[in-house]
Amino acid sequence: MPTAGRRSVVDLALQSGALQASEASSRSKALERLRLGDTAFRHLTRAAAYAVLILMGGIIVSLVAGSWLALSNFGFGFLVSERWNPVTENFGAMAPIYGTIVTSLIAMVIAVPIGLMIAMFLTELCPQFLRRPIGIAIELLAGIPSIIYGIWGLFIFAPFLQDTLQPFLIGLFGNVPVLSSLFAGPPYGIGVLTAGLILAIMVLPFITSISRDVFEAVPPVLKEAAYGLGCTTWEVVRNVVLPYTRVGVIGGIMLGLGRALGETMAVTFVIGNAHKVSASLIAPGTTISATIANEFTEAVGDMYTSSLILLGLILFVITFIVLAVARYMLMRIERRIG
Amino acid sequence: MAMNPTPRYAARRRKNAITLGLSLAATLFGLGWLVLILGTLLYEGFSGLSLRVFTEMTPPPGASGGLLNPIMGSLVLTGLAVLIGTPIGILAGTYMAEYGRHERLTSVVRFINDILLSAPSIVIGLFIYEVMVYPMGHFSGWAGAVALAVIVIPVVVRTTEDMLTLVPDTLREAAASIGLPRSLMIIRIAYRAAKAGMITGVLLAVARISGETAPLLFTSLNNQFWSSNLNAPVASLPVVIFQFALSPYKDWQALAWTGALIITMTVLVLSITARALSGQRKQS
Repeated sequence: MPTAGRRSVVDLALQSGALQASEASSRSKALERLRLGDTAFRHLTRAAAYAVLILMGGIIVSLVAGSWLALSNFGFGFLVSERWNPVTENFGAMAPIYGTIVTSLIAMVIAVPIGLMIAMFLTELCPQFLRRPIGIAIELLAGIPSIIYGIWGLFIFAPFLQDTLQPFLIGLFGNVPVLSSLFAGPPYGIGVLTAGLILAIMVLPFITSISRDVFEAVPPVLKEAAYGLGCTTWEVVRNVVLPYTRVGVIGGIMLGLGRALGETMAVTFVIGNAHKVSASLIAPGTTISATIANEFTEAVGDMYTSSLILLGLILFVITFIVLAVARYMLMRIERRIG
Repeated sequence: MAMNPTPRYAARRRKNAITLGLSLAATLFGLGWLVLILGTLLYEGFSGLSLRVFTEMTPPPGASGGLLNPIMGSLVLTGLAVLIGTPIGILAGTYMAEYGRHERLTSVVRFINDILLSAPSIVIGLFIYEVMVYPMGHFSGWAGAVALAVIVIPVVVRTTEDMLTLVPDTLREAAASIGLPRSLMIIRIAYRAAKAGMITGVLLAVARISGETAPLLFTSLNNQFWSSNLNAPVASLPVVIFQFALSPYKDWQALAWTGALIITMTVLVLSITARALSGQRKQS
């Protein structure tokens, strides 16, 4: 009965107050109004969806526009030049790019194995009643704002490293040929190594929670079959869980890498802001984000500002690629599991 | 179980025990950082925590004072960012889950949104500087709020889409069968069913932006004094912490620790509330 359907629409609209009583006197008018509202809402949501795309487009366009001056002046030489001289307005991105990559690598080398180990503990070993609390605790670590890591790194962690780990490393590798240059120089506390370690603590929860999620998605039947054959827990993880979830795990690692590359405040506090490429891991350095955070508000002159925005554009391009690959891989594993 | 512990079997068991031991150690290591960081924060932050912190302005070096203006600034910026970002995020998520679930547009928006979700926040600061601060000619609270809103949007889009997708189709069909227009079905049925999850999303977004510093550095900048003018620079807690922590003055550093404690506690309370909300929904 179509009429019954129609009637209830209007009644409902009346009850909900969406219509004025006077307007309801004419049902066709009321229905027209509902139809219009429906179309309007649909277009509104569609516009909001497009707004997300426009936002991304806006970021790219504004960064390119802002960095155009530096881009046309320095060209691709910007990428490989180590100079950073605000007085002569001669800028190059080599030192920040190098610092960004080295600190992120240190972070990943430490955080990936530990993150996977924790994920394995949480999915295979941990007693059931502890899984949720430990999982939440690790995720809380991810929720702590980066500035907290920064202030903690500056006042607690850097002095600690200066007194313990750094002298130890210098003493240990001081006479080893190649490694000695990695740990050359006095222990300042702050520097590339400290920044890398702080980043490791920061990305650890991301890698852990994504690995745990994909580990949990492995069909129990597969694991049970392996256990049934007499595999040990480690053998099950090594030969069943990891191969099955490889794509997802790599996606999680890339997501963590994306975070590490773009992280600003935690690094800015402890990196030392020195524009030079140094082989030593304990020497002060800089990263793209730390350079922008430290210098942008004090930058004088269009070329200086434009060079800093160009640094931002480079950072955005690098993280965009890393994050796009991460999302693609996570999408692949979701499709397989779902 | 008459299994002979052959050397090979013993070696496999040993390897297993070692790896499991390492995984336990890794977990303790991970949790250790949380304890360490929270411990230092409590220790350093509590010693400076007093009523003055919430009633007085930020002091000049060497004088005593509080964090009233940055706390208010942060509240205002966060509130505005949520007011601007949440509607856009919810509407976009609605389109993706309700209208265009199988459209190409939805998968493109989802992909781009996921990248925005983890894009470096300092780049968002540069973006807002380019589109708002530079054309206006001065730093402003509005610019800071919009920069934070840009961070809110992807978080809300993601949770809204996820939560609306979980709403059973039978509810939608029931609504449609009594002739409810689609927009009213979404607003009165789907939103209501997904409410807890959507609130979680907003809470997570607030937790995310309440500690964000990088996008505020060159948008809302900082302000030593009370400011109710959003067209002028506004102080915010994270930026004040940044400035005070890097200063050589002991009083400022102590205030920075106290501010850090306040932010962390806020964020932890928000994320635990969010988790409790979404946990409840899962059980019911």
